[in-house]
Amino acid sequence: MLSIKNLSVSIHGKEILQDVSLEVNAGEVHAIMGPNGTGKSTLSYVIAGREGYEVTHGEIIYKGKNLLELSTEERACEGIFLGFQYPVEIPGVSITNFLRTAINEQRKYKGLDPIPAKDFLNQMEEKKKMLDLHEKLANRSVNEGFSGGEKKKNEIFQMAMLEPTLSILDETDSGLDIDALRVVATGVNTLRHKDNATIVITHYQRLLDYIIPDFVHVLYDGRIVKSGGKEMALELEEKGYEWIKAQM
Amino acid sequence: MENILIDTDLKSRLENLFRESARLLFGSDTTTISEIRNKAFDHFSQLGFPHVRQEKWRGTDLKKALAVDYEFIMDSPASDIDLEKVFRCEVPHFETHLVAQLNGWYVYRNSPLSVFSNGMVIGSLATAFREYPELIHKHYGKYADTSKHGLIALNTAFAQDGIFIYVPDNVTVDDVIQMVNIVDSDRNLMLQTRNLVILGKNSHLKLVQCDDSINHRVSFINAVSEIYLGEDASLDHYKLQNKDENSTLINSLFIYQERGSQLTSNAISLNGEIIRNNTEVKLCGENSSANIYGLYLMDRNQHIDNQIFVDHAVPRCQSNELLKGILDDHASGVFNGHVLVRKDAQQTNAYQTNKNILLTDKATIDTKPFLEIYADDVKCSHGATIGQLDQDAMFYIRSRGISESNARILLMYAFAAEVVNKISIPELRQRIDDMVKKRLRGELSYCDQCVLHCSSQEKTVSFEIDLSKV
Repeated sequence: MLSIKNLSVSIHGKEILQDVSLEVNAGEVHAIMGPNGTGKSTLSYVIAGREGYEVTHGEIIYKGKNLLELSTEERACEGIFLGFQYPVEIPGVSITNFLRTAINEQRKYKGLDPIPAKDFLNQMEEKKKMLDLHEKLANRSVNEGFSGGEKKKNEIFQMAMLEPTLSILDETDSGLDIDALRVVATGVNTLRHKDNATIVITHYQRLLDYIIPDFVHVLYDGRIVKSGGKEMALELEEKGYEWIKAQM
Repeated sequence: MENILIDTDLKSRLENLFRESARLLFGSDTTTISEIRNKAFDHFSQLGFPHVRQEKWRGTDLKKALAVDYEFIMDSPASDIDLEKVFRCEVPHFETHLVAQLNGWYVYRNSPLSVFSNGMVIGSLATAFREYPELIHKHYGKYADTSKHGLIALNTAFAQDGIFIYVPDNVTVDDVIQMVNIVDSDRNLMLQTRNLVILGKNSHLKLVQCDDSINHRVSFINAVSEIYLGEDASLDHYKLQNKDENSTLINSLFIYQERGSQLTSNAISLNGEIIRNNTEVKLCGENSSANIYGLYLMDRNQHIDNQIFVDHAVPRCQSNELLKGILDDHASGVFNGHVLVRKDAQQTNAYQTNKNILLTDKATIDTKPFLEIYADDVKCSHGATIGQLDQDAMFYIRSRGISESNARILLMYAFAAEVVNKISIPELRQRIDDMVKKRLRGELSYCDQCVLHCSSQEKTVSFEIDLSKV
């Protein structure tokens, strides 16, 4: 599904990612771990199409398409979803309005008619139930005045509504209490099926108690320095990133 | 010397007109009005029209607008104009009591002045001059100082009619009162409209002031409203400005507040060649408060100027200014907010905020929030921002599949919503909300669809921005 080959990325001439390669297939969950400032968020932004990052080398192929040629919104319409580490507050735009606009634009991209209001509202109720969300989200402005946990839950709710093929969750667990962590994990696990894939970016192993990854990669100093199975996360938690450093 | 007189042509025409039309101007004046008129005329002769060399007019050049060969309507038109014929109100579910001015003159069907069962009086200011001399004597010309501003002096010298509203003590007016100022003429008109609103103790009023033009001739409206809020009175005031490209609108508001009174004034400016809102609030009784809000969405060569002066004359009052604007193309804007906290006005809370988004590098804003404080126990803040659309938010919205152009509109709408949401009349808020959306999509022009007589009525609330038309 996603094939990153020898990707090097810099911002303002400073190299952040070096020669990163990653293969993600449908049905898989990948965890990318690593200390702060090693390029984890950069990787997620480059996949999602944020401006300001210069790809100096390598390529990203997604469902057979050269992802780097697509705009941010085209990537979203192709099924890429980024769960933000710091979701942006948009006062004045209700979640209902925001999501309906997003869904309709994605439908338009696929040549579909706009979703009827009733179906949309039913879908919202259904997804809220699925994630066990009790908040009255509909009329609140996107992320405005949300607590850290609410923001992250709202990211997962958006993910559930948009039904992406490839989800990248950037530090979705940071700053979460156990309850919020469970909502996030339930969301990912419930939405997980053979046709989609998830990349979970995390600093701690804790989230991986709830979301069991198929593969774990360690990003260090802009490079993927180690890849392995789910057991590697535990080892990493136990020995710390110093262990990786020592191996290099 | 500050009084370098320009536009002498128009000025001398007006001076001659004043003398020639004495019979019409003074014909129905009481002694009080005559004195005020004469004094104002002297002030106008001394002050003349404002020009860009004056600090308060640095950002707004009227030279072009004043060079037009205007005509003046000195005589009242035939009475019994059928309001329905010139004007139709189609705001859905918006029950209002409508009072209108056509080319500066009060329009009425039966009587020039209506007295309601609760004691409220609404009608023609010209008639009120004669029928309510005590109220006029006490309030008229008392808040709009003619000695400083040429345009205020000009208005006071020539003002003949306008809208008069009096709400007696302890009356809550349930209906929204809608003041409509229509310009409909095949000539280029210069109008001096004048309004007086008096709220007695503990009375409450909602007032919507709409400016509208029907044809596309050049017009210059110099409107002055004086508003008096008695003790514990409250006024919810709105100005809706959707003018055509040929209009210059100077809308000056002078508000005097007694103890415990509350003012909320919100100016929504959507179109207009030149719009200048002067708002002067005097907080003269303790525990009074004034909220002054404004939203302006300007493009092409449109110009908006908001001048706000709040005078904290006594302790324990509160004022709060929030003005937001989006300027596109070559549009230009001015914000000049001045809060004066006098020596004795302890425990004042005063806040000023002006936020702007400039969409092009040709659009300009000149913003000057200014606090002048002589008391030492106060909480005051001021701030201004000028920026482009938030790039983090743009990326966030686009990452959900929303196109760049729609993301921009969504963000602009969100930016404007903070002011729109302060409108406390739900039907009006909904309507303005729709107009703002249309305006941002480029579907609302200056055409003859003001907030009040829109022929393409919209269906009710489908709260979404389907921006397929962008």
